[in-house]
Amino acid sequence: MEFSEHIKTANVEDVVLRQPLHPPSRGTLCITGHHLLFSDREETGTRQFLLLLKNIDAIEKRMSGSSGTITIKCKDLRVLQLDIPGMEQCLNIAHSIETLSCLDCASEMYPFFHRPSDLSLQDQWGLSSTEKLYSQMKELHDRWRVSTVNRDYSVCPSYPPAVIVPKNIDDSMLKKVAKFRQGGRFPVLCYYHRKNGMVIMRSSQPLPGANRKRCKEDEDLLQAVLDGSDKGYIIDTRSSQQATQARMTGGGFESKSSYSCWKRLHRQMEKGKALQESLIKLVEACGDESNNMDRWLSKLENSKWLFYVQTALSTAGLLAECVERDGHSVLVHGSEGKDSTLLISTLAQLIMDPHCRSLEGFLALLEREWVQAGHPFMQRCAHSAFSHARLQQESPVFLLLLDCVWQLWRQFPLALGFSEALLLRLATEAYASDFGTFLCNSHQERWALGVMERTHCLFKALLRPRERDYYSNPLYEPTELAIWPSVHPQSLQLWRGFFLRWTQQSRHLEEAQEEIRNMVIEWGKLALS
Amino acid sequence: MEHIRTPKVEQVRLLDRFSNKSTNGTLYLTATHLIFVESNSNNSTSAGQEVWILHHHIASVEKLSLTTTGCPLVIQCRNFRLVHFVVQRERDCHDIYSSLLRLLRPVSYEELYAFSYNPKQNDQQREEGWQLIDLGAEFERMGVPCDQWQLTDVNRDFKVCETYPRDLYVPITASKPIIVGSSKFRSKGRFPVLTYFYQEKKAAVCRCSQPLSGFSARCLEDESLLQAISKANHNSRFVYVMDTRPKLNALANRAAGKGYENEDNYSNIRFQFVGIENIHVMRTSLQKLLEVIGTRSLSMSDYLVGLESSGWLRHIKAVVDAAIFLTKAVTVEGVSVLVHCSDGWDRTAQVCSLGSLLMDPYYRTIKGFMVLIEKDWISFGHKFADRCDQLDGDPKEVSPIFTQFLECVWQLTEQFPQAFEFSEWFLLQIHEHVHSCQYGNFLGNNQRQREELQLRERTHSLWAFLMSEKQNYLNPFYSPAYADSHPVLAPSTLPYNFKFWRNMYHQFDRSMHPRQSILKTILTLRENSCKAESALQSLESRLQQLGVTPIVTSDPPAPPPTRDQRSSALPPRPDSLILGAPINHKEEHQRQDDDEQEEVGEEATESFDTERTVEGSSGTESRKQSYGELDGTYSSELAKEEPAVVSLEFGVARMTC
Repeated sequence: MEFSEHIKTANVEDVVLRQPLHPPSRGTLCITGHHLLFSDREETGTRQFLLLLKNIDAIEKRMSGSSGTITIKCKDLRVLQLDIPGMEQCLNIAHSIETLSCLDCASEMYPFFHRPSDLSLQDQWGLSSTEKLYSQMKELHDRWRVSTVNRDYSVCPSYPPAVIVPKNIDDSMLKKVAKFRQGGRFPVLCYYHRKNGMVIMRSSQPLPGANRKRCKEDEDLLQAVLDGSDKGYIIDTRSSQQATQARMTGGGFESKSSYSCWKRLHRQMEKGKALQESLIKLVEACGDESNNMDRWLSKLENSKWLFYVQTALSTAGLLAECVERDGHSVLVHGSEGKDSTLLISTLAQLIMDPHCRSLEGFLALLEREWVQAGHPFMQRCAHSAFSHARLQQESPVFLLLLDCVWQLWRQFPLALGFSEALLLRLATEAYASDFGTFLCNSHQERWALGVMERTHCLFKALLRPRERDYYSNPLYEPTELAIWPSVHPQSLQLWRGFFLRWTQQSRHLEEAQEEIRNMVIEWGKLALS
Repeated sequence: MEHIRTPKVEQVRLLDRFSNKSTNGTLYLTATHLIFVESNSNNSTSAGQEVWILHHHIASVEKLSLTTTGCPLVIQCRNFRLVHFVVQRERDCHDIYSSLLRLLRPVSYEELYAFSYNPKQNDQQREEGWQLIDLGAEFERMGVPCDQWQLTDVNRDFKVCETYPRDLYVPITASKPIIVGSSKFRSKGRFPVLTYFYQEKKAAVCRCSQPLSGFSARCLEDESLLQAISKANHNSRFVYVMDTRPKLNALANRAAGKGYENEDNYSNIRFQFVGIENIHVMRTSLQKLLEVIGTRSLSMSDYLVGLESSGWLRHIKAVVDAAIFLTKAVTVEGVSVLVHCSDGWDRTAQVCSLGSLLMDPYYRTIKGFMVLIEKDWISFGHKFADRCDQLDGDPKEVSPIFTQFLECVWQLTEQFPQAFEFSEWFLLQIHEHVHSCQYGNFLGNNQRQREELQLRERTHSLWAFLMSEKQNYLNPFYSPAYADSHPVLAPSTLPYNFKFWRNMYHQFDRSMHPRQSILKTILTLRENSCKAESALQSLESRLQQLGVTPIVTSDPPAPPPTRDQRSSALPPRPDSLILGAPINHKEEHQRQDDDEQEEVGEEATESFDTERTVEGSSGTESRKQSYGELDGTYSSELAKEEPAVVSLEFGVARMTC
């Protein structure tokens, strides 16, 4: 681990740091293997500013005379500026930042070095596990079982070792089903609706291909899910045309003739590159200082971000409707089953299940449906909106989820146990973190690197008493009811807290939030006195 | 009343604007209201929905062509409510239609609701209501009259300017001949007068109409009046003249003998255009906006494109931009500013009042905001009667200028959550009553007309009514300390700070609103804590009376604010859509149920085989089944604490009392 070879100049004096919402300050800049550290010595004492290099999305350097200016654009959308005296120093610093901010070896990343005093590596990593969840839900025991067919990750590299499947489908059948699903992601249980016993399953697309192959075991598995019920729904996150085209490349969909009890509903959801480009356009629009109303609205429209928010929420609403209103089980998949699939199954659970809406419940939901279910965080969150690097696997699906959750939170400000601050924190942590939770792309990769032994778990850290206070919603009043969001365009809004986070106006809103917290705490005290 | 042919029509269907949902009920036509009462047949446990529409609120009635189910009647209201009835018999529909046509176009002021509205007050109470706002006192608060500004009696009898109030404030050096001369050179005689005085820098905000300069005319009196305004401020050697029109409009006016000030003729002015469009552009813009947002199954892209092409937010921004220019000139540069447009009663009123609001924290309180409207809008002759179409008049005179002002204020409240004493609900209530013609304040076009109508003797004042329910309009985040630290607001006018005001334009479309309201919760919590506090105090004093020394820990604990306490102990609130629906889970649940059907189910049909869609298959049985249990649990728990409230739309409940 030779970070030092990338650091030619470690310290520079007399640097000016300009950051949003703060007056410029002068002090010492220091580059370490993982951090950019700035400390200024004012009369009032030393103030420090610490930035994870991983948080840096892009830098621009500009030289004028003997000094230079580095503009740092962060993944949390902050833009900073460093005025550095001395051209060579400036170039060295810029070079170090460029190299160190995009090291892609996970085991060298900061979470492996982060050792907070109040957390111990001996603690149980993570909030829950498949086995624990299963043992807690007695309702499941009749018809469902925990399978460890994937304990060595050989059946499905992106699944965790243990998954919940129908009881009468044995492991040998699961192996065959896995061969019939892209990436081996066979249908597994992700949500059990206590009110009517219906479930949400998720998987990747089946692989009938152009020859329309069938897989008896796959059909049996889905039949077993129905358990005598007359039908179920398959929500395919692709348009019917896309699903048909997928047959040409070996993929496809569950055909009517082979899966007679299942009714397919197609909802096209954008992901991958289109989503990443949408984010880039939106962030660009938010940074436009041209002060022209028409241009702003047309850029906002052009980015399509709000359209994607709307689609995600309405597809999740459809899913919840199938389960809660219509009383049928649903299988969700797109093609890979690692992006949109997780997005809508998560949102649907928030809509229907009150347990997911508490602070712990929400974090556990994210752990289950994103971290364990194999959302490739490392690939998806490698870069954010500013990077000039060629796009590869980047896609802000997780950010889209957080935006949708924020929309829910706005429409039901009392029903969710967590605050906007939590969503903002998660949005930052997914891209650059002190913790190991969002490292790697799958359970297997995390296991191989010993993430669970050698790093700390973010979700655990967020539940420490002080953090818990800060991230919980002071107005939380749990409701057992489903929270059906309105998806009219007039009801959805730009997530100012995130996209305009570093403007003065967001500061005012934050103050108002803080005010709510204080008021509620004060009244709570009064009520107790 | 002679215009009502059919007072009651049964079996009328009310269609929801954005879904396929409809409710059956009976339509009543009274002298003042059109009332729809939902029949209880389908669900006997919940009270039927009632919709009350004041005739004055109706902007248009349209009878569509007959369909198999009946005759559709579409009513559009000035408070942006849109209702769609289907009347079974064509004749009934026609009767209602023609009665409404007559009723919604009153020809004389005496027909307006304000003259028959009686809130059971005696004459003295009414008189006190009218005395609530005293503009003389307001000018004193600003520090006028002073050594530079005085009250003039030149318009005591409305002789110099018919559309100005009797009391006007002018520079001490402006003599009567100068004023009269200047008024002859100004459109409609609206010569420059003081509207706000910024004491700290002794800078004045003055207002007037455009000069009758044509291509070359000048007027020495007018020039010396501006000179006098300039001289009255020792901090600066010039005054800004803000023409709030786009330059092109001002140029065009020159051909009609009007125009703008020539900088060469006025030795001490700096002239500035700030392009706010005229009333016709604003009217069309709002129409476009309403068209867009009224579309069913509107896509996100069409919504944003429509928002842009309507230009509405652009116009809002233009007004705020102008107000900021004014504020900066006065508070930062310390320069006096003269604001005008064409006649000086639309854009000028917007800019002057919004500017004052930015400069002076007083106007951001409930009382202060009333004073501001009274001063810059009512007394200076914004033509409410024409702009709000109170009497059957010229449709080209109608324009949402005041609505725009309220929206500008709302945009500011969104940027500065702690700066305003009032909440959005206050703005909406004012908007409601500007059009309701229920109170005398906004009737007529100017003070002179109001005096002729003897409004003070014959009608009631809105301000007194709003003041009596002040607690409903409070903004829980308001902090007077914020006003001290931020006396002058400096809003950002970057475009993303301007948002679509859903609660104004979709006020009556419940499915669009957040399902829970932070505002309502906070207000409730605060009320409870106040109660707990006073309970604590009374218990303590009781203990003292009994000779017991109160020990804090041994005090009987004040009961924690549980939900049932909250809902039972509270005084009835107006059932505001903004503050959220009544805390009645059953209703909330049902409503969600219906909404969702439309929002998600409707589009759920893209599929290969045209089998039954989700919406079709979620038949009533299965829904009833799954909700049957829920209804049970929730109704047994909550129905007791809160009797089902008849959800009257806001405002109406009081109109009828």
